[in-house]
Amino acid sequence: MTDATDAPVGDAVVATAPATDRDHGVHLLHQMLRIRRFEERCVELYSHSAIRGLLHLGIGEEACAVGVMEALGPDDAVVTTYREHGHALARGISMRATMAELEGKVEGCSRGRGGSMHLFDAATRFYGGNAIVGGGLPLAIGLALADRMQGRHRVTACFFGDGAVAEGEFHESMNLAALWRLPVLFCCENNFFAMGTALDRYESETDLSLKAASYRMSSWEVDGMDVLAVEEAARHASEAVRAGDPHFLELRTYRFRAHSMYDSDRYRDKGEIDHWKQHDPIPALVERLAASGALADGDLERIEAEVGAELEDAVAFAEAGTLEPVSDLERFVTSDPAPTEEGL
Amino acid sequence: MSTVSYREAMREALREALRRDERVFLMGEDVGRYGGCYAVSLGLLEEFGPERIRDTPLSESAFVGAGIGAALAGMRPIVEIMTVNFSLLALDQIVNNAATLLYMSGGQFNVPLVIRMTTGAGRQLAAQHSHSLEGWYTHIPGIRVLAPATVEDARGMLWPALCDPDPVLIFEHGTLYNTEGELADDSAVDITTAAIRRPGEDVTIIAYGGTLRTALGAAEQLAGEGVAAEVIDLRCLRPLDSATIVSSAARTHRAVVVDEGWRTGSLSAEVSARITEEVFYDLDAPVARVCSAEVPMPYAKHLEDEAVPQVADVVAAVQSLGG
Repeated sequence: MTDATDAPVGDAVVATAPATDRDHGVHLLHQMLRIRRFEERCVELYSHSAIRGLLHLGIGEEACAVGVMEALGPDDAVVTTYREHGHALARGISMRATMAELEGKVEGCSRGRGGSMHLFDAATRFYGGNAIVGGGLPLAIGLALADRMQGRHRVTACFFGDGAVAEGEFHESMNLAALWRLPVLFCCENNFFAMGTALDRYESETDLSLKAASYRMSSWEVDGMDVLAVEEAARHASEAVRAGDPHFLELRTYRFRAHSMYDSDRYRDKGEIDHWKQHDPIPALVERLAASGALADGDLERIEAEVGAELEDAVAFAEAGTLEPVSDLERFVTSDPAPTEEGL
Repeated sequence: MSTVSYREAMREALREALRRDERVFLMGEDVGRYGGCYAVSLGLLEEFGPERIRDTPLSESAFVGAGIGAALAGMRPIVEIMTVNFSLLALDQIVNNAATLLYMSGGQFNVPLVIRMTTGAGRQLAAQHSHSLEGWYTHIPGIRVLAPATVEDARGMLWPALCDPDPVLIFEHGTLYNTEGELADDSAVDITTAAIRRPGEDVTIIAYGGTLRTALGAAEQLAGEGVAAEVIDLRCLRPLDSATIVSSAARTHRAVVVDEGWRTGSLSAEVSARITEEVFYDLDAPVARVCSAEVPMPYAKHLEDEAVPQVADVVAAVQSLGG
């Protein structure tokens, strides 16, 4: 790996996957399966109207979320997009709280105020779930600025899609991060589509890593279908980020399902989808772990059973959840008043 | 008690906040080395250094969003935007993030951010530097909107705004910076109530920011004609202090709202509606409004003067109510 600032512009490199130990490989597989099965269940629940509104699935993109989160510590922060179930689960928001949120229950991680697109969690420093494309990047700049000003060596990981690269907020934020040397790890999940418009139909320059490099930011292209490659890149990058050197990771990935539940997916070739399914990150890791002997007979079934049990529990939790009383409708428009002396 | 300009009062408020709390910093275009577009922050860079008096690129959306993010992570940022017209480039961050994060997160993430910006006409700056768009912001739940019209409020509103756990926008009318006033040594003010700037019993004139002195000028002229006008300074545009407004209108039985914003869909419409909703049967005449002409602000002085509310317009509006 080389830094873009040292190399000719655009001479970014693909991270190579490291060797891994058995337990860690199984852990990564477990995490990706949690996300995959969770989202598959979301489709079912949507068809039964238990989940409504906009539901954006990241099936196919699990390696990005899981790989990056492995590189973060508990004090680091995450800012993300409306396609963030995977980020939330991999970051450590419970499947219960996530599912309850999708079902609009007060037990949800945003009390049912946000839904699928706006998952928040103070405990894991998960700052949402931003549904304005590009809108989360300036927030990440500010979180990192606060860390810098207070002398804290923390990373803010900021996820966004390729579509965000066309937004002004992307460019403004890249410039500020590089200019002020802010500890932001920019994670661009390039799935080659901004909703239904293909990358080469909306960008004059389709090499996204060049855009970050043009701000003199270290910029790496990574195989976003390979969880080990993502993790390796994120670990190296976040080490540099923590020292005040922002990095940009272009995670090349693909969503196997439509943009949202409203999307009839008329703008892509089935052949293209099938091609990418050959690179499904989950079977790829299973194969790799099996080949290296890390996955023994029965291991996969055992992991699936664990994931299934967690999912059943989460669904039951969400369904047994309660609705916030309508008398609380206006609560949290502004902060609750501080307790007064009389009130204490 | 001392005589200070509005600009000096605001600068002193910034200085006090920066001294009082390490988490406070000022960020915006030309706030540092240039000294602030309106020279409000002149000298602060030398006193507090470039980390806390932070010059930004011309990236309104990113530096306002950065203020939100820094507020989320424990800082107390003051973001300066040169004019309200430029704030439109940051509208996404103000409306979609600052105003919504607490609610969307179910109460987990409040945004203790202060955004200051200049507003208003009167300096021949034409149609992209002169509008009064603060009324738009008063439409948005989740933010507090302030309009200091006096040196006392310029000096006193910033600290309570910084203590507010939620986002606060402060609109400074551009023609006020050079105005002078008396400032008491102890100048603590609140950021929740409207103020009666001149008591009277015949008519209530409601104004804020740059139109306060227009209203006071009209009241002075009306006094010469035997009409005692009460002048209310809204001060806090959202949430509105309805009680002060409507109780005055109920007492005087007549009300005129003066607003440098355009009439259609304006803050003046909201104030008028509240009076009508709450004390309709106490009124002796319909609520009158004096607003800016519905044109993009022209450059030529005589046209600009014609476009914005003048003392004579307010006097005429009061006289039209009869009584």
